[in-house]
Amino acid sequence: MKIIACIKQVPDSEAKVKAEGGQVSWGDAPLVINPFDEYAVEGALQQKEISGGTVTALCVGPESAKEALKHALAMGADEAVLVSDATLNDLDTVGAAKVLAAAIQKIGGADMVVFGRQTLDNGAGLTPAQTARVLGWPMLGLAGQIKVDGGSVQVERVLEEGRQSMKANLPAVLSVVQSIGEPRYPSFMGIRKASKATIPVWSLSDIGASAPAPIVTRTELMNPPAQETATEMITGETPAEIAEKLADKIIAEKVL
Amino acid sequence: MKTFVYIDHFKGEVQPASWEALGLAKSFGAAIALVFGTGVDAVAKAALEYGADEVLVADDASLADYRAETYASTLTSLASSQSPNLILFPTTARTREMAAMSAVDLNTGVLTDVSALEVNGESFISTRPIYEGKLIEKTVCSGKPVMATIRGRAFPKPNREEGKSGTITKVAAAGEAKSTVEGYSASESAVNLGDAGVIVSGGRGVSNNPSLTPPAGMDEKQAEIWRAQQGFALVTELAQLLGGAVGASRAAVDGGYITYAHQVGQTGKVVAPDLYIACGISGAIQHLVGMRNAKVIVAINKDADAPIFKQARYGVVGDLFQILPALTEAMKKKLGK
Repeated sequence: MKIIACIKQVPDSEAKVKAEGGQVSWGDAPLVINPFDEYAVEGALQQKEISGGTVTALCVGPESAKEALKHALAMGADEAVLVSDATLNDLDTVGAAKVLAAAIQKIGGADMVVFGRQTLDNGAGLTPAQTARVLGWPMLGLAGQIKVDGGSVQVERVLEEGRQSMKANLPAVLSVVQSIGEPRYPSFMGIRKASKATIPVWSLSDIGASAPAPIVTRTELMNPPAQETATEMITGETPAEIAEKLADKIIAEKVL
Repeated sequence: MKTFVYIDHFKGEVQPASWEALGLAKSFGAAIALVFGTGVDAVAKAALEYGADEVLVADDASLADYRAETYASTLTSLASSQSPNLILFPTTARTREMAAMSAVDLNTGVLTDVSALEVNGESFISTRPIYEGKLIEKTVCSGKPVMATIRGRAFPKPNREEGKSGTITKVAAAGEAKSTVEGYSASESAVNLGDAGVIVSGGRGVSNNPSLTPPAGMDEKQAEIWRAQQGFALVTELAQLLGGAVGASRAAVDGGYITYAHQVGQTGKVVAPDLYIACGISGAIQHLVGMRNAKVIVAINKDADAPIFKQARYGVVGDLFQILPALTEAMKKKLGK
């Protein structure tokens, strides 16, 4: 089975992200593989272990995003591909989906394309379904479990209302959630292999795509309003006394 | 200005933010509600009662189970023939998918998790959080129609006028399903943190009650989970009393104390209830970005240095196993329940 795991590089989740001069700044925090995408790589590797085949990690981003791809290789992905082009700076999600779909075709297609549920930066969570739409493949989103059976795939979708079991023919696009299982740590051998790997970099013309015109654009970037929280500590001799005072405070806030 | 409002429902149970979207649409002009599914007359009627000027109902066997492809195609076909300026959705797992796909069809964009929307000539400017709430951006969409999924509890819910009638028009479903739904299981009971007015959350601290003796025969991990479940029972009791939902930190979810559906924070749900009570949660930044927009935050923690206290309006340094039951008792009395 041929599996492609789509990943993105984002600032580390511990980063102090700020708006500076209309731009996003994360100081000297490292750029890492999007944490949700580690689950995508994990899900892809699990399926490879069951059905055999290959896992290719695919990323659209700047040259530096090779580091995120190396993480996927270190986890156990067989190959990695970076799509990088100077014209891709203002990519919106529809644009990203078109570029990813073109890259997936250029790789030679796949049986299964796996995404994380969303990215930590934009967080819109639209790209998986949009990539499926551009490819014309079925979309099985928010999968917590994946079962491949011959030419079809069955997933358990984790929804707010409970779990939904869904089935579609391959090829299909999936997005996965945490229930898929904790992402494995890169092995020593994996890290060595990844550090030696040569990652091909494709331009838009390499994949036969043109730069998509952005439809959604940012006009302003702001830091959230500073929250002036004066914390009032509630104390008392006994839990009952503390609870009594706290209950009065909560009721006085009129939030119930 | 003509706005479509997609009324998201699961087996006839409407996501409350759908009505908030309808109220927002009315503030711009004509609001046309869209209801997809089978046997959805009650949902269509409710849409009229919440103020829709008209309801378009696609009642078709192909829409019996939500599938992104058919729902998106039906939406695309309606948008193509009626040319609304704007399509609003509540933000849910379903609407993200169908809006995403329909935007590809219509060559437009989707603004997700929108907390404010202003008219800008023929178009709109949206305000939305990015980097999990660490930053706020304003965005515009040059495509037409503009699509926006709104954040729950960000816009006022319109009043319901019981018995209000209006035009319900049947429309055709479109598109071909690419998947089949085999079934549902409610193994994880319905958790809707996004719409909850009150959330009581538990963290690693809920497993930390040394006075409890686990049943014999449990190994260390089982005993820890058993202890945590006793702790979450206290959290749940207060949540139920206050008509709220139960949340959890990542540490509690990773510890196996409670399911992922309850997780608040960077890799879970970003919430903005009126009242958030954090019990035994230290307050890692990943959790804080998920709940700091709550109106009133109460923190109960043993550790006086826990970062959660910096975000809290009220703090109690103490043992949650003593404070929480006492608080539930005090609230019961004061609320007359």
